[in-house]
Amino acid sequence: MTGSTPAPAAAPGGPSRAATTPPALELRRITAGYQRGKPVVEDMTLTVGPGEAVALFGPSGCGKSTLARVAALLHEPWAGSVLLDGEPARGWRHRAPRAQRTKVGVVFQQPRLAADPRLTLSRLIAEPLRANGRGEEAARRGGELAEAVGLDAELLARRPHEVSDGQLQRACLARALALRPRLLVCDEMTAMLDASTTAALVAVVEAYRAENGAALLAVGHDRTLLERWCDRTVEQGGHW
Amino acid sequence: MAVEEPTPMKTEDGWTSARAHGAARAAGTGRAARTLRVRVSAVLLAAVVLAVLLVPPLFPVDQQAVELTAKLRPPSWEHPFGTDSLGRDLLLRCVYGLRVSLLVGLVAALVATVLGTAVGAAAGALGGRADRLMMRLVDVFSAVPHLLLGIFIVAMFRPGVWPVVLSVGLTHWLSTARIVRAEVLSLRSRPYIDAAISGGASRTRVALRHLVPGVLPQAVLAAVLMVPHAIWHESALSFLGLGLPAHRASLGGLTEAARGSLLAGDWWPTLFPGLFIIIPTLAIAGLAGAWRERINPRRRSELML
Repeated sequence: MTGSTPAPAAAPGGPSRAATTPPALELRRITAGYQRGKPVVEDMTLTVGPGEAVALFGPSGCGKSTLARVAALLHEPWAGSVLLDGEPARGWRHRAPRAQRTKVGVVFQQPRLAADPRLTLSRLIAEPLRANGRGEEAARRGGELAEAVGLDAELLARRPHEVSDGQLQRACLARALALRPRLLVCDEMTAMLDASTTAALVAVVEAYRAENGAALLAVGHDRTLLERWCDRTVEQGGHW
Repeated sequence: MAVEEPTPMKTEDGWTSARAHGAARAAGTGRAARTLRVRVSAVLLAAVVLAVLLVPPLFPVDQQAVELTAKLRPPSWEHPFGTDSLGRDLLLRCVYGLRVSLLVGLVAALVATVLGTAVGAAAGALGGRADRLMMRLVDVFSAVPHLLLGIFIVAMFRPGVWPVVLSVGLTHWLSTARIVRAEVLSLRSRPYIDAAISGGASRTRVALRHLVPGVLPQAVLAAVLMVPHAIWHESALSFLGLGLPAHRASLGGLTEAARGSLLAGDWWPTLFPGLFIIIPTLAIAGLAGAWRERINPRRRSELML
């Protein structure tokens, strides 16, 4: 793993703990794709240290999102291995143990497609809690999360088609944080949003990381934003 | 990325073009014609259903009362639909026959839809080998003509309503299974399913909370469109003498019994049962068709169906 040592990290327990604590995410020589013979990602290695924020850049279609899906155990790579907190991934999608796949919170690029159109925002946010048999926490934790991302009660009763993209993405971020993931994967989280919503969402992520010491893998093409936001940036196609 | 990014754009285009198309048609005569079709269908269906529900309790006449002196009378005030070869009142026989047909149609359509949805959803959600195996099974069943398979099933039991329901249900679930599977496959690749998996949802939870509610509008539509099929299937079986026992009025049985008198120039014993098969089935199909046009994917999510 070349260059796995994190650059000076702002998050708590960055460089000093790095020696003892395993990295939050290690992608080793990942090759992945959708159509046989046409890999989207080839032989990629990437490490996100504990509490570190890493930005992954690249032009459209270069496989950033695929890599993000692999990191979240949502897409099985053809070759290579994924380690979360030093533990190798034990499966993909449903075959990954629940404890392992809920370690990673994912925020997708398009909130419209990432939200079930039948659920109200409050149900959407609490969905991971219910899915893990923690429905009784739904009201309290859901309220907490909604407040953190800045959604008021009136919006929470609405369904996805009745709110704006920005409001829906706030709900999707709250959903990703519901189970207190150790690693947050933001796949072009702010690509469809205006500047003020972008700033608000980044602030929410940073507040969460400051509180929980979670690591971040931010995927995107907005260089200015990502360079300000993250400790270290990685460019797709380069060597790291 | 290369695969993911264009997909939503395509969907978007599909929506906009579908809406533009719909708007263009609505602007012309299409809309008026559709409204007329819906109204006519609704009125006819309401009339038939009312007749079926109200005639038996309001006119406590035995529909099997034989009156040999009044056999094969043409329509009159006393017998609006005329009488059959045993002097039984045809209006009553038709109403009782339709009663059975509607019952069989509804129950059989329900059976077929539940079965089809279960198989289709399971195949789509499980994927891989299970999917291939189940869909090949559907292909095998489809290769056998419906009526032949239906006759085979009916022949295994004594004549009655339930074997007919079973026969229709077991032969008509195939198209629903295909429709539901296709819907599930398209829903399965949506990011919100990924989000649910990432949030720790089990297979069952994803299927029951996200996939099945998503395909429900399609399944309900398939069920409604299935009712006319089921009625025709039941009539065909009765026409062949395999459906209901001979003493129970059924539309197919009535048509079959009247075949002989048609050659003698007595048109009413075939015409009225025939109309009773055609009118309700066309009315149901008309209403379901109008509803199908209303629920394009975008509207469906807005209507929360």
